[in-house]
Amino acid sequence: MIELKGISKKFGDAQAVNKVSFKVEEKETLVLLGTSGCGKTTTLKMINRLIEPDAGGVFIDGKDITNEDPDVLRTGIGYVMQNIGLFPHYTVAENIAVVPKLLKWDKEKIKVRTQELIKKLHLPENSLSMFPHELSGGQQQRVGLARALVTDPSVLLMDEPFGALDNVTRTSIQKEFKGLEELKRKTIVMVTHDVQEAFELADRICLMDKGKIIQIGTPKELLYQPINDFARKFLAGQRLGLEFKVVKIQDIWSYLPKVTLQDGKSLSDDLNVWDAMELLRSSDRSELLVSGDNKESKAINFEQLTKAFNQFQNAQVHE
Amino acid sequence: MNEQQQTLWQFMHEQSDKLFAQTLQHVGLTFISLLFAIAIGLPLGILIARKRKLSGTVLGIAGVLQTVPSIALLGFMIPVLGIGAKPAIVALLIYALLPIIRNTYTGIIGIDQHVKEAARAMGMSKSQILLKVELPLAMPVILAGIRTATVINVGVATLASFIAAGGLGEFIFGGISLNNTNMILAGAIPAALLAIILDALLSLVQKMNFKKLRKALYILPAVLLILGGFYVLPSAYGSTLTAGFTPEFMGRQDGDLGLKSIYGLKIHTIVISDAIMYKAAFSKELDVISGYSTDGRLKAFDLKILKDDKSIFPPYYAAPIVRNEAFKQFPKLEETLNLLAGKITDSVMTDLNYRTDYLHQTPERVAKDFLISTGLYKAPKNGHNGVVRIGSKIFGEQYILAEMYSMLIRGNTDYGVSTKTGLGGTKICFDALMNDQIDFYPEYTGTGLLVLLQPDPKIAKEMAHNKDKTYNYVSAEFEKKFKIKWLKPIGFNNSYALMMRQKQSKDLNVNTITDLKNYLDKN
Repeated sequence: MIELKGISKKFGDAQAVNKVSFKVEEKETLVLLGTSGCGKTTTLKMINRLIEPDAGGVFIDGKDITNEDPDVLRTGIGYVMQNIGLFPHYTVAENIAVVPKLLKWDKEKIKVRTQELIKKLHLPENSLSMFPHELSGGQQQRVGLARALVTDPSVLLMDEPFGALDNVTRTSIQKEFKGLEELKRKTIVMVTHDVQEAFELADRICLMDKGKIIQIGTPKELLYQPINDFARKFLAGQRLGLEFKVVKIQDIWSYLPKVTLQDGKSLSDDLNVWDAMELLRSSDRSELLVSGDNKESKAINFEQLTKAFNQFQNAQVHE
Repeated sequence: MNEQQQTLWQFMHEQSDKLFAQTLQHVGLTFISLLFAIAIGLPLGILIARKRKLSGTVLGIAGVLQTVPSIALLGFMIPVLGIGAKPAIVALLIYALLPIIRNTYTGIIGIDQHVKEAARAMGMSKSQILLKVELPLAMPVILAGIRTATVINVGVATLASFIAAGGLGEFIFGGISLNNTNMILAGAIPAALLAIILDALLSLVQKMNFKKLRKALYILPAVLLILGGFYVLPSAYGSTLTAGFTPEFMGRQDGDLGLKSIYGLKIHTIVISDAIMYKAAFSKELDVISGYSTDGRLKAFDLKILKDDKSIFPPYYAAPIVRNEAFKQFPKLEETLNLLAGKITDSVMTDLNYRTDYLHQTPERVAKDFLISTGLYKAPKNGHNGVVRIGSKIFGEQYILAEMYSMLIRGNTDYGVSTKTGLGGTKICFDALMNDQIDFYPEYTGTGLLVLLQPDPKIAKEMAHNKDKTYNYVSAEFEKKFKIKWLKPIGFNNSYALMMRQKQSKDLNVNTITDLKNYLDKN
């Protein structure tokens, strides 16, 4: 668990971060979202003391981090950065082994763990002896991730981790990332300016502007209960896409026709509308079988799905 | 052309021992100073990369030091560090410093900020970041600096021979003063090759990828140490006494070669420039030096000339040489100039030189004082019966002589005098005489023989060690060839001489070169 209590930071006359407080629960992913210069990266870097706050305190698992040796603190926190920051003079294996070596792991342990990670992150076996410049951007970012995960720290900080990648690579890595078991047991704070990415990966989003928190809440809360004009406008451009992602089948369950089918493999109603539509588009099926929480199953086609979604939308607006 | 190449090859072959020793010294000198320069420059570069406010000052100072002319820098070192290895290494170190500091600095500050941040974020301490990230990544740039420094050092190390630190400069500068092209090339070619080879080797290291570079970096300090270790030769004194000879003396038959072949003198010898040789003997850094027998510094530094009992140094007796034509015009000239004949001994001339060189009295005053003390001075008659034109070469002794002759002519005859002093060298003086620009100037028998007549080496050798034979030979030959007359010698002999400190000479009871040889053989 990470807790920030009223932290502030000034660079010269500019107030980069202004009395920011939030809590990130165990195994939660909090995304700091905002435009460049909103203070999100500065906030992130104060969590592992790359930047020292002028005021306020940061607590990890209840302990004030200013009482810890910053080097020791940082070895215990995973860090993934936008420019990846791999050591160009180290091989991939050596890059991954940096923190374990600082912690004086024995060679065998490092080797086993490295092998495990490159399999999980789909890196080719022979890449271990390569230098970073010999890898593609996506592969480099995977190595960056492996480097942060190798000691299995409970806290992971990510500064625009997919910012250096092209759109196609970014989308596929985000998907993998989301499915990675290793990450599900971590408390993660991630910085991004990409609204889609925030909605894709966040449990909660912390929207920031000019060093202050504008709104903090789940993606759904941000979308349907924006606290002010800024929050509303920030999401306006991509609203429809976001809604498809935020709204789940269980949300529109009541608007779907009551046709039940007994047999066939059913999907969870945790599925969001966007993914459901993608499944209907990409597969040759014309219907999806989804099971609700009361053991009731429904077969849904594209038309029914969009109709139910629209009805749900109208209901939200009238609320 | 062909002959030239062959003789160069022969020269190098003949002198291969010396060449090898000098090359080793040169390499050693280059690398030992490089090693120190790295030991100082690298931490300094790291420091100013950390505290960038200091960078302007540090780089500024190193830059200013770099612009000090090398000879001047070596000169500044002598009062503090004496002669030999120490000042040479320090001077070379100073030249090597700037490229190493600057490249370390730019190498480190040029590293991608994100890589440094990643290192911090992973919990590396400052020293770990320096050793594992900053230095390895800055290494190609740092190596480029070391490469520049190496090439500079190879070049500047040639000047080390001026202060008795050895190296290929011994051949180069010896060759220049002896006008021996082969000798110059025997020093210059290996020095140039050294620079090219070292530059190429370091460029290979610089271009290595990180993996190979890491291995190379373990080897490099070892290589530096080994190469630096070559340089122990001039500083480790082989005999109880140490001699300092000029590069010219080293290469002359009537110099070091003669000392070896005729006396069988075995003394630990270092090569040194004549500008600092006397002082080094005075300050006990050297025991025996090769000087000129009438040099004023002999007196200034209380040195004693060892008797050349086997006569290897040819006599350089001074005497006026006059165009025969001038005697017709000035009948009383010969008689007047001969007033000075036999009047000035070696020690008197040394004293007179000492007064001009060290007490900074004018040649005119020194000449007048001397003439008064010997009763030769007469008040000028201010006659107008023609003008005698006197020439002199461009050093103190000749100025004094020209003044004396001028005063004698004015006091004893009714001729007028004009002096054309400071003619730059024997050739110019002699040409002026031949072309009726001057009527006479003081010349030395040895110079007349070896420089102006240049007889068959056999004749020269036969003549060279006998004062009278030389005088008679040059007199006769000049009369025959040039219609120029040698008047009676003035008395002193300004030849090469070995010198020691008075006190040491007395303590060791060494008065002749043979004494010196015997002393060295016993000890």
